[in-house]
Amino acid sequence: MSLSLTTALVASELDTSSELAQAISPRNNIFDLTQDAEEAVLCPKDFGAFPHALRAALAARIARLAGDASLAAHYDMTAGDYADLAQPDASGEAHGLKTVLAFVDLVANTPRDISADHVSALQSARVSDADIVRLCELVAFMAYQLRVISGLRLMQGELA
Amino acid sequence: MTRVIHKFTRRVPEWQPRVTPVNLSEATPEQLDALKVTPSNTKISAYVLTLAHDVESLSVRSPLFNAIMYDKGGMSREERELGALGASMVNRCIYCAAVHADRHAKLAKDETVTDELFTNGEKANLSPRNRAIFDFARKSAETPPSAGPEEIKALRDAGLDEAEIFDLILSSALFGWANRLMHVLGDPVRRDPVPQKASA
Repeated sequence: MSLSLTTALVASELDTSSELAQAISPRNNIFDLTQDAEEAVLCPKDFGAFPHALRAALAARIARLAGDASLAAHYDMTAGDYADLAQPDASGEAHGLKTVLAFVDLVANTPRDISADHVSALQSARVSDADIVRLCELVAFMAYQLRVISGLRLMQGELA
Repeated sequence: MTRVIHKFTRRVPEWQPRVTPVNLSEATPEQLDALKVTPSNTKISAYVLTLAHDVESLSVRSPLFNAIMYDKGGMSREERELGALGASMVNRCIYCAAVHADRHAKLAKDETVTDELFTNGEKANLSPRNRAIFDFARKSAETPPSAGPEEIKALRDAGLDEAEIFDLILSSALFGWANRLMHVLGDPVRRDPVPQKASA
């Protein structure tokens, strides 16, 4: 049994011939499903108000804010016209996305502090309910993928 | 009358969305397919109807969730629930914490671990193995994740093998995702029976 070359595997630099890779190979289905999820949140057919390049820029931004330069670089590649948003100091104002970016940063970094007011702020900024759900799925998936990768790095004995 | 719950509890509250869920009568064929709506199954939770706004994510997340929490081998289901709980406590997702504390208590046939966690938080008095599992899950859930070599060593010292450690990474990471949906898109509430009074 071997592991598929997914984003999580590549970003964690796991040696696929290692004993660790062998030990976790029964979970290869999870690597595949994680990649399907990346496809669903980064490149959905029904992307709503968030085109694929914007989603890639937000993913890169979240990875960068969490200190994962290598995962950020993976998403930078497809950020296109939104590449500037992948830098944590960008406010989003130039793209009319200030409220969206503030929400993304908060959900990504301190979800415990989110209240109903933050969701209302998006609604007041004319973000539709469907788009609010789409945005949460993207940010939430990134939180997961980042932690799978950081865990795999730790298991290989690297510093966090 | 509903009131929002702010304290950790094992008694699972209701979940009240902050956005309008998909209306089943207006759902697209893709949404109906993802919701697995059949004539005999039309009771869909408000949470799933909310997530149906992003049907592509919903469709891939369900099998992934089930694989991480229930697939055979590796870490016990009970300990995966502890990983889920550690993340949910950091992210203050009262709803997820209730569901997974309840599952832990039932699988472990023991309420003392989750009682202790809800009473004393990170200072809870836990067995060395539960301590290592909870600490890893808790620190991994922070942003950026702060679990490090010491937490991995503690897991190995407590007797976890590599497959179990990877399952813990997965279950706690999965709740980084679940908490950011459940806690952001809705409120945990109780519906109180309000005595009807004649209004003044």
